[in-house]
Amino acid sequence: MSAALHTERPHPDRWIKVLPEGLFVEPGGFFIDPVRPVDRAVVTHGHSDHARPGNRHVLATPATLAIMRRRMGEAVGGSLQPLDYGETLRIGDTSVRLAPAGHVLGSAQVVVEHRGSRVVVSGDYKRRFDRTCAPFEPVPCDVFVTEATFGLPVFRHPPDLAEVGKLLHSLALFPERSHVVGTYALGKCQRLITLLRAAGYDRPIWLHGALEPLCRLYAEFGVELGELRQATVAARDELKGALVLAPPGAVADRWARRLADPVVAMASGWMRVRQRARQRGVELPLVISDHADWDELCRTLEDVGAPEIWVTHGREEALVHYATQRGIRARALALIGFEDEDSDEVPGQEAGGTGGEGA
Amino acid sequence: MNRFAALIDALVFMPSRNGKIRLLAEHFATAPDPERGWALAALTGALSFREAKPAAIRELAAGRVDPELLALSYDYVGDLAETVALIWPERPEHLRDRANSLPPSLDEVVEGLRTAKRGQVLERVEGWLDSLDSSGRFALLKLITGALRIGVSARLAKTALAEWGKLARPEVTVDDVEEVWHGLTAPYPDLFAWLEGRAERPAAGHGAGFRPMMLSHPLEEEDRAALDPAAYAAEWKWDGIRVQLVARDGQRRLYSRTGDDVSAAFPDVVDHMSFDAVLDGELLVARDGVVAPFNDLQQRLNRKTVTAQMLRDGPAWVRLYDILFDGDEDLRGLSFVERRARLERWYEAVRPLRMDLSPLVPFAGWDELAAMREGARENGIEGLMLKRRDSAYLAGRPKGPWFKWKRGALTLDTVMMYAQRGHGKRSSFYSDYTFGVWRGEELVPVGKAYSGFTDAELAELDRWVRNHTTRRYGPVREVEPGLVLEVAFDSVHPSNRHKSGLAMRFPRVHRIRWDKPAHEADRLETLAAMVAG
Repeated sequence: MSAALHTERPHPDRWIKVLPEGLFVEPGGFFIDPVRPVDRAVVTHGHSDHARPGNRHVLATPATLAIMRRRMGEAVGGSLQPLDYGETLRIGDTSVRLAPAGHVLGSAQVVVEHRGSRVVVSGDYKRRFDRTCAPFEPVPCDVFVTEATFGLPVFRHPPDLAEVGKLLHSLALFPERSHVVGTYALGKCQRLITLLRAAGYDRPIWLHGALEPLCRLYAEFGVELGELRQATVAARDELKGALVLAPPGAVADRWARRLADPVVAMASGWMRVRQRARQRGVELPLVISDHADWDELCRTLEDVGAPEIWVTHGREEALVHYATQRGIRARALALIGFEDEDSDEVPGQEAGGTGGEGA
Repeated sequence: MNRFAALIDALVFMPSRNGKIRLLAEHFATAPDPERGWALAALTGALSFREAKPAAIRELAAGRVDPELLALSYDYVGDLAETVALIWPERPEHLRDRANSLPPSLDEVVEGLRTAKRGQVLERVEGWLDSLDSSGRFALLKLITGALRIGVSARLAKTALAEWGKLARPEVTVDDVEEVWHGLTAPYPDLFAWLEGRAERPAAGHGAGFRPMMLSHPLEEEDRAALDPAAYAAEWKWDGIRVQLVARDGQRRLYSRTGDDVSAAFPDVVDHMSFDAVLDGELLVARDGVVAPFNDLQQRLNRKTVTAQMLRDGPAWVRLYDILFDGDEDLRGLSFVERRARLERWYEAVRPLRMDLSPLVPFAGWDELAAMREGARENGIEGLMLKRRDSAYLAGRPKGPWFKWKRGALTLDTVMMYAQRGHGKRSSFYSDYTFGVWRGEELVPVGKAYSGFTDAELAELDRWVRNHTTRRYGPVREVEPGLVLEVAFDSVHPSNRHKSGLAMRFPRVHRIRWDKPAHEADRLETLAAMVAG
């Protein structure tokens, strides 16, 4: 260590920059989750607002690379370099390691060190148990870059199984109605299926076409999903009383007209706020999220013990306020291009088409 | 409380009216007394707790969470009860207590609030907030701050009550419930006993309660041929809102057609109700007895309070149609002719300010009346009412005694400009259309319609919208100016709320002109020439 020459480790402000392309690690010459094509990208996970096509060189976990290939095909970019959780790689004057983020299959925090100074860019993360991915690993650091999608104390996700219980109760109460649940194609869909299976639901689950490819990929990575069927080609009668998963944009659109008097459900952290659920025409809101809720965000700040945090996409203001009150230096990092999970305006999404993009 | 909370939650998310009725009926059928009675009282706005104002609730929450975080959360959520319900911190000891003891029942909460001494209320509320989960907290806060705002009107709750009551008493209607309603007090044990067939019908409500109104059917051509003109009296159908004036036992109320109390918005009428009677009439804006366009009345509707300027600019007026009670005497069993005579006599004796009588329109035969109907184009006349001379004042909409004979609709060829998604069963369809007419080379929007077409036509319209979208704004799509909608409407008035300066009354799609090119649609001048007055 060159501590003898430099009595102070360089503050991350001096070696990590916010550029129009995204978060730039200068001494490594790479961007983390760039929003525009760049030379070198490190990608935290496969959601389309973090993993974008066209980069010349991409570093990510093997699962994230597989997800990107499945979603983007040829457009995925130039060379793809896998890095397993826990392995360390030297890039320029930095060392890079990926640690599990607990968000979706393959999701990772990027742990970057430069001359003794360590920054953790967490991407999106959650702290609760999820059968479909490795659990979040707290990594002590000098600066922790955290998301704040649900960065208000009104967002507290109830226990997952209680929410799944509501869905099963409704299925029992209205056995003649199909139940269509809006879920994102990557992560939420597969997690919901594993939760249903854990709750003892062993009937076939019907899928909108946009959800199938990633369910197959999850199965290839060893995630047990049970019997899945194609809803798009099913006869109307078959779907009576059936459980159907579809991208959020499809549940109240033309695609859903094939369903028998459907109960419209949505699995999302936003469902916690009644008015928001009502605006979406949701009859059965399920508060199930792949993002940390307020309590998890606060707990994570404690667990990583960073003296300073940078807050990205979401409701930065409240989390910055909270951290400051607790003696943690905090500021909002103005990164553009990150969508709310479940945002209504998913670019290019039309029901029945490639629905299911977005985080 | 849990049960009531579950009902509130289910109602909040239930999009359909029938679904809401089902949920309510199920609650009345299965919740015990007095729990269901308190729920009914809460839904009909019959409960009020003065000390638990929103500001006090906010203060309570600020004692538990960082005020800055509370403010940010309130900004985001937009509803105080919901914000506090969600943000209230759950401490481990509360979760443990909750596992070991039952949360307070609705009954305990209502009793607790009623018996609380001054200054005790907030303390009790705080204790309950600790012992309830977030749904329970939401229901509690909605209950004590008064306005539930969950898409259930008092009328809908009573409709559900009647629907459920039909199980034991098939003859019961919502008007029967309405009739006895004001004689009862929460938690309504007599009402439930009656509807379950366990007790006699409670005595009809007295006092300043609402009496169910008598409503009419539209007159179809084939009906008219079968009617004897001599059996009917005719009067103008005024273009305002139907109201019931109740001045009894020193109380004064103005009710809308559905029994909502609108007194607070019309002090200029209520101030002059210094009599003892129940009357039926049309609420209008009129200056020196000359009726103003409906748009002027609209400025005064749906308001909790009024300003001095509104009272000056849009003075309210009631044109009287009928008398239901003169003092204690119930006149509803008398014939129309007899009631009319009583009304005229009453009016001569009392001469209330801001009110006049709706005149009868004498006629010899249908043709003569039809001609008068078409000729009447001045402000405030929507058409004619036909009332059987021998008909009693009956609750609801019995077919035969009363008909409304609206004057022929106006029509205009317009161009579809925007389409918006509908609600409930129509949520996957673009079913609400904004249409415009030409002003020079540009289209200006003149109205919005969401009815008048069949399900098959809706499917076609939906397809057309999707294939001709030029821009999207959330649930709204802008479309190419390529589809002509012939819209029908009752009248058109000047309006400074619309860009075109004109507002239509009751516009609906009359025909879809798939055949007609958009540039042949009507011009704004044509619509302007149709302005009433």
